[in-house]
Amino acid sequence: MMLGNCATSSSLSTTSDEDIVNNNLTALVVDDSPMIRKLHDMHLKKFGLKVQVAENGKNAIDLFRCGASFNLILMDKEMPIMDGAEATRELRTMGVTSMIVGVTSLDSIFDRQAFMEAGLDHCFTKPLTTENINFLLQELNKNNEEN
Amino acid sequence: MNIVNQLQRQFIDFSTSLHREGFVDDQFTQLQKLQDENSPDFVVEVVSLFFEDCEKLINNMARALEQTQGVDFKQVDASVHQLKGSSSSIGAMRVKNACIAFRSFCEAQNREGCLRCLQQVTHEYSLLKNKLQTLFTLEQQILAAGGSIPVVD
Repeated sequence: MMLGNCATSSSLSTTSDEDIVNNNLTALVVDDSPMIRKLHDMHLKKFGLKVQVAENGKNAIDLFRCGASFNLILMDKEMPIMDGAEATRELRTMGVTSMIVGVTSLDSIFDRQAFMEAGLDHCFTKPLTTENINFLLQELNKNNEEN
Repeated sequence: MNIVNQLQRQFIDFSTSLHREGFVDDQFTQLQKLQDENSPDFVVEVVSLFFEDCEKLINNMARALEQTQGVDFKQVDASVHQLKGSSSSIGAMRVKNACIAFRSFCEAQNREGCLRCLQQVTHEYSLLKNKLQTLFTLEQQILAAGGSIPVVD
């Protein structure tokens, strides 16, 4: 099924086919900023995903160690205790195959490349936009169809 | 024109001016579109968290710049960088732009320049706080008068 650009303001507030498809998708938002966690949580929920949040890389890893799994992880880079790159490397070492997407304020190509090399599938610069989320959901639904 | 229409007109004019004067950009509009009847206070809550972030980060920057033994510009830059990320995420365009300028002074390790930028960031944050408070007050007045908040694209 092809997803069109579905995130108009009307489709964000009514149930659509896209919501039903996305309802099977789960996401984890990892960011040390409570504001960003709240924002991304709501943004993903509007697209019909079930969302959990974690405030740093270590908490994210602990969730996986306790048996949680998510289709999508939005990973900030700069976080205390364990940053996004370290957490991503650790998750990949643990065998986690979720889509991990960096969402960072880092604007140097060098820094973003280093973050990608930790094992990200994609990396976006903040702010995360509706277009970014649309793109990710298309990728996720494509992956699900292939499996 | 009845009171609801008057207030709605005021709201639209004020919203438009916020965009026109660069206080907020399209990211703020996207934020407003996320609010619905299940989360009627979403925008106010996110904006409050943003202002808490601002205050904390501005204090960090001020403390780091006060160090007489030598300023840790990396530390200042880290806070500016974080504030840039938060401000861009909610569409606080003038705060974000002030952060961009700030970062180049951090890179140049220019303490005077940094102090001027800190003043600018603090100023923009105060202005925005007042503007958004006015916006939210208008929203409350419209709702109290039985009207609905217009969508301003």
